[in-house]
Amino acid sequence: MTSMTTSPDEQMHEGLIADGGQDELLEIALGPHHPSTHGVFRMDVVLDGEQVVRLKPVFGYLHRNHEKIAESASYLASMPYTDRLDYICSLTNNWAYALAVEKLAGLQVPERAEYIRIITAELTRLVNHTATIGFLTQEMGASGTPLMYAFREREKILDLFESLTGSRMMCNYMRFGGCRVELPTGWLEQTKKVVEEFPRFLDEYEQLLTGNEIFMARAQGVGVLKRDLAINAGVTGPMLRASGVNYDIRKVDKYGIYDRFDFKIPLGEHGDVYDRYMIRMLEMRESLKILNQALRDLPQGPIMDPKAKIRGFRPKPGEAYGRIESPKGELGFYLISDGSPNPYRYRVRPPSLINLTVLEDMCRGYSVADTIVIFGTVDIVLGEVDR
Amino acid sequence: MLEEIKARLETSVPGCHPEIILNGSPSGQHSLQIDSAHAVEAAMFLRDDAELRLDYCSNVTGVDWLETDTSPGYLEAVYHLYSMERKHGPVVLRLRTENRTDRAHLPSLTPVWRSAEFQEREIFDLYGIIFDGHPDLRRILMWDEFEDHPMRRDYVEPDDYEYEPTAHDEVLSKAKQHAAQQPD
Repeated sequence: MTSMTTSPDEQMHEGLIADGGQDELLEIALGPHHPSTHGVFRMDVVLDGEQVVRLKPVFGYLHRNHEKIAESASYLASMPYTDRLDYICSLTNNWAYALAVEKLAGLQVPERAEYIRIITAELTRLVNHTATIGFLTQEMGASGTPLMYAFREREKILDLFESLTGSRMMCNYMRFGGCRVELPTGWLEQTKKVVEEFPRFLDEYEQLLTGNEIFMARAQGVGVLKRDLAINAGVTGPMLRASGVNYDIRKVDKYGIYDRFDFKIPLGEHGDVYDRYMIRMLEMRESLKILNQALRDLPQGPIMDPKAKIRGFRPKPGEAYGRIESPKGELGFYLISDGSPNPYRYRVRPPSLINLTVLEDMCRGYSVADTIVIFGTVDIVLGEVDR
Repeated sequence: MLEEIKARLETSVPGCHPEIILNGSPSGQHSLQIDSAHAVEAAMFLRDDAELRLDYCSNVTGVDWLETDTSPGYLEAVYHLYSMERKHGPVVLRLRTENRTDRAHLPSLTPVWRSAEFQEREIFDLYGIIFDGHPDLRRILMWDEFEDHPMRRDYVEPDDYEYEPTAHDEVLSKAKQHAAQQPD
């Protein structure tokens, strides 16, 4: 029985004391408004003491039925809207959508445009991974410093995006059969400079974190995701590779011209938080390798397929599924055309949503503080989860 | 490739008669349509067969096909399967409901591929396909009290629209309809 005189703290513990604290479970809602939820996302958590027994993710707070809107607009009209899915990585969203439409309509992309796409996509990967690791350290209680270091570097790349596309985050840069605008003068030199200086930041950052005792204590052996479960649950991206599965769509599908570049796929062994951090760190170094090669080899030429139509674009009836390795995992677009200017069906395969399938399995048995950290390494953006 | 899978499904899953649905676009991604009664068994075969090993179900999509003069219309679930072990794909599976209203049931493939869990919930939410055998079939994006299925082609928004003070274009026509329906 609760009376008016007991404090909220006593009320919460009363049940536990009454039966010796054995089987009393406590249900709490983590979120939807919580700094660690990366947006508006709720986890309904059932706790036994400090340990998580059950966890149900609840989403939809940002749902605007993106797919329905896209079905009532022309193909091109959805391109700027894809920026708003995963708003950290708008350029890879653009690419995934353009790739699906190019498959649907059979368009070819000129070589220079393919190079520019790879340069922008790999820069996006740097942006995403720096931000993710920055937020992760913040959630572990390292207030400010590592996050601000990460954001300082991210901002240099966003400056490049702004000078190329006119916007830091809502880039709307790619078109079916190429890219929208040519590189501005001086852009390549500036990019080369950023790419050249980036490893120094990574070294500094790793010195700060990789061998850090507190970081290791919080990350190693926490939130283990087993290989077989990861495959069966459709987990993709750095999370999958941290569990030791060698599956990177850049290598498997070789979309664009990724087969021309020399880079490796880092793999984890344990599938814990530490591996997921480490994979992202190593992936950034591989992205820098790709960037160096692409910036060196960038050819001259057109950036749009001359046969691609901007106005009156009507693909033949049929369907296509196109997918790329976005920084978060497999981002796919599935389109069905009925021959009209609008897609009959437009579907986004969101890596953020599907990677959350295993959240409960990873968090069970860990404390609330660990849950926040595990959730941080899933790396989600609610714009993409809720659509 | 698809012909071969079809032949092997017919021999390994008795009674299963998959149909190849051709795709007219340059992507060349043709699909296999499987009847509901044998869907789970066929999915198990595709996942566990040593040669195919389609261990990864990437994408699950709902599609709504309205009634025409010749067909009563149906809802469709499309599964895109890949193999992480053997690195091939996609193999596209299609399941169709009997109609769009009272017989909109399909067997759930979540017991075979867990990646379908949230995606089938989403199709249930937005299209109203009931997946039999799904462990946790609830609305996922819309709120629990919501009644209709907004991704259906013939969905009509409920008349609880907040009208702008300066109504124009489409909003103006909606505002007029709304005013006409309101009792004084």
